[in-house]
Amino acid sequence: MANLILGAVITGILTGGVYALMASGLTLIFGVMEIINIAQGALVILGAYLSYWLQANYHVDILIGLLITMPIMFFLGVAIEWVFIRPLKINRTMLSILVTFAIAMIIEGVLTNRVGADYVELNAWYVNASFKIGNYYLPYIYVFGFVLSVILLIGLYLLLYRTKFGYSLRASMQNRTAAELIGIDIERVSAITFGIGVALAAAGGVAFGATNLFNPGSHYDLISRLLVIIVLGGLGSLRGALIASIAMLVIGDVTAVVWSPVWSSTVFFIVLVAVLVIRPQGLFGQTEGRKQ
Amino acid sequence: MKVFRIVFPLVLLAAFIAFPFVFTDPATTTVAVFTLFFAAAGVGWNIFSGYTGYIALGHAVYFGIGAYAMALLCQDWNIQPGYAPFFLLPLVGLIAAAFSVFFGWIALRTRRHTFVVITIATFFIMQLMAYNLRAITNGSAGISLPIPFDWTADFFNIPFYFVALAILVLAFIASWWIHNSKYGLGLLAIRDDEDRALGLGVNTGPFKLIAFVISAFFVGMVGGLHAYFNSSIFPPFAFDALFDVAIALMAFLGGLGTLYGPILGALILVPAQQYLTVQAGSSGYNLIMYGVIFLVIILLLPEGILPTISKRWNRWRASRNRAEATPDIVTSPGAENSVAVESSGKGVEQ
Amino acid sequence: MSLLEVQNVSKAFGGIQALTTCSLSVEEGSITGLIGPNGSGKTTLFNGITGYEKIDTGTIQFSSQSITNIRPDQVFRLGIGRTFQLTRIFPRLTVMENMHVAAQREGMKELLSRWSSTHEQKRALELLDFVGLTKLKDTPAANLSYGQKKLLEFAFVLIAEPKVILLDEPAGGINPTLINQLAEQIRTLNKQGVTFLVVEHNMEFVMGLCEKITVMHRGSNIAEGTPQEVRSNPAVLEAYLGD
Repeated sequence: MANLILGAVITGILTGGVYALMASGLTLIFGVMEIINIAQGALVILGAYLSYWLQANYHVDILIGLLITMPIMFFLGVAIEWVFIRPLKINRTMLSILVTFAIAMIIEGVLTNRVGADYVELNAWYVNASFKIGNYYLPYIYVFGFVLSVILLIGLYLLLYRTKFGYSLRASMQNRTAAELIGIDIERVSAITFGIGVALAAAGGVAFGATNLFNPGSHYDLISRLLVIIVLGGLGSLRGALIASIAMLVIGDVTAVVWSPVWSSTVFFIVLVAVLVIRPQGLFGQTEGRKQ
Repeated sequence: MKVFRIVFPLVLLAAFIAFPFVFTDPATTTVAVFTLFFAAAGVGWNIFSGYTGYIALGHAVYFGIGAYAMALLCQDWNIQPGYAPFFLLPLVGLIAAAFSVFFGWIALRTRRHTFVVITIATFFIMQLMAYNLRAITNGSAGISLPIPFDWTADFFNIPFYFVALAILVLAFIASWWIHNSKYGLGLLAIRDDEDRALGLGVNTGPFKLIAFVISAFFVGMVGGLHAYFNSSIFPPFAFDALFDVAIALMAFLGGLGTLYGPILGALILVPAQQYLTVQAGSSGYNLIMYGVIFLVIILLLPEGILPTISKRWNRWRASRNRAEATPDIVTSPGAENSVAVESSGKGVEQ
Repeated sequence: MSLLEVQNVSKAFGGIQALTTCSLSVEEGSITGLIGPNGSGKTTLFNGITGYEKIDTGTIQFSSQSITNIRPDQVFRLGIGRTFQLTRIFPRLTVMENMHVAAQREGMKELLSRWSSTHEQKRALELLDFVGLTKLKDTPAANLSYGQKKLLEFAFVLIAEPKVILLDEPAGGINPTLINQLAEQIRTLNKQGVTFLVVEHNMEFVMGLCEKITVMHRGSNIAEGTPQEVRSNPAVLEAYLGD
């Protein structure tokens, strides 16, 4: 049993890294734009299908294919922000939920129409092979996915803390109005941030698609998990997204082993509810800031 | 104007009552029944989300609880098919309301953005529970409800139509009463500026929770009725994510927070949705169309139909009798997000 | 007898000490001023008194009753009203409806009855007349000009007949005619027994209106006295001109 639990913890951490990648895009978008992108799950699935298509038709390795899919998804994200999010002036957050939900439905509809509702999975030599460490067989893909996440998250960190653009982005997260007053082009920052969030979703799509069977309808379960993660971590907190992802996945995987896989999703949500009762702003969220 | 406000709903009610006798085709009345389901649930949902501004996207939970409560009560109490199950509806509503006290209390501890997510999370928990608590819910096999075999195909929809109408009328009366009451004013103040309302003596915590529970009551009843109409329920039907989004969209379309908005939204969207499902089926087209309609509505009419009309009307009236303002710098209307720049006593606008 | 007594209050936001052993007392029936450079903690103090922020140490007393860290609605019901620097009114409600939010009622039956009783309506109209907004009573508050919103906020705070009103920069952003009108209204109400604590940057306004002024700097009170005394106090001059 202890062996199984340890194994579950390790897989939990590894898959947690992947979820952190998808969740970080979501929380970043919220932090800068104060909107909740319900389409993030669908965009992950879209990214997964793009990789699948490149691999099935052009034999492009799924990880190498990211060099193609991530830029495409980046521009898709910018386009979505520009066309559908920017026009929302009043009641932005709530309307953005409905708008992004509509976008998710359209993506699901288009995918169902083009590729059908059958489950597929991404393939590569490292998807089904594993290597042995001590007593465990660790599928390569888990480690690769984790490494990918780490690389991209470090990249994100560098972007945020070492570049001028990152500075603008962080300023916009802190205080939109003040950022505008010191000359930051909020609209441009928002569009690019959304693009980054979607590009990260593409990367997440590869890792997710290689470790799970998916079909166009898989985005519901995915987005609900991602939402739980970012709320648990605190809306807008990247650190929170990372920690919450890993914590949730570890708890989920351990529950699957100790109790039953059927309950692992439920435990997910119950932990969220329990934490929010004690700390309504999430682990690293901000309490209501200084009131004027 | 006052007379109009009382006469109009009565005329509308009369139209609703007459409808199934004029359009007797069961296909039409089925669409009408669904419209009434959504209208009733929408009006109920609006009492909370429309008035307080907290968008609850997990109300399908109460729909589902209502559905399962109805199914289980019929099963355990051996209710005979026919009119008997209808009398269970108030109890079903109360059961849903009881759950909402617990979930609402937890959810309302959070602020608006987190609140939306936690309502969604609650929904998914309950959906999973429905699948997993097989002993109670029979898992994905579902539960069947009594079927009134002696009701002919032509007649079947009629009782459901009128019971749904009754729920709608009840929800509407509740909504109307609250809207005109001091309690309702408090809710609307919460919507505009919750902390300010608190600072003026409004009991925001209990106010919000009570609205939440009332809305769950109505949505729960609709869930129970829908379950009986469908004759069987299983987890994805009872806990349907699209249901939440549908009532939210209808309320937004008609006008969130208005009395008639959700009804208008349902009258427009439900027949459209039914038509699309028939046309497009499962090739994904229905989802695409639905999503596109969604987007068009939200981007073109972000405030909803009724508030947009009402604003135009008010502007027309205002231009006829210009109000005498206190001598001051006059600014453009709707200055909600103005950044007032002050410079030692001299007034500078925005 | 001091109506409102703030004693050695401290409040920190993370690393920033907004208030440091700040003390203040407001005599019943007075118009007391609170001035200080930007960032001296005036609004934080207001927030602490009215329950919008929790204070870390110290006590706040109202009529000898402790009101330290109680909820904003409790503060209001005890008889302390306040306005905000950037006016907070209810934009989607009409002027009349705005007035009624603050009108207090007790009991469930009351809450379920119509939002405006004859008595409340009469009082609301009186107050709207007092501030000159009667003609706009059915206008959505969002359509009001900045100055009109300030007057509305002033009016609806009054509807609950508070004993003390905390005004946060009432003269900010409005023209001189309106400022004078406001000063007159404050004096009239003061004669009727309402106590005022006014935060302001407009020196002319404060000096002309207030009997006693407390000066804050960097989270603490550094001086107090009559307008003349404060004007010639070297510590005050340094606080404003120095740094």
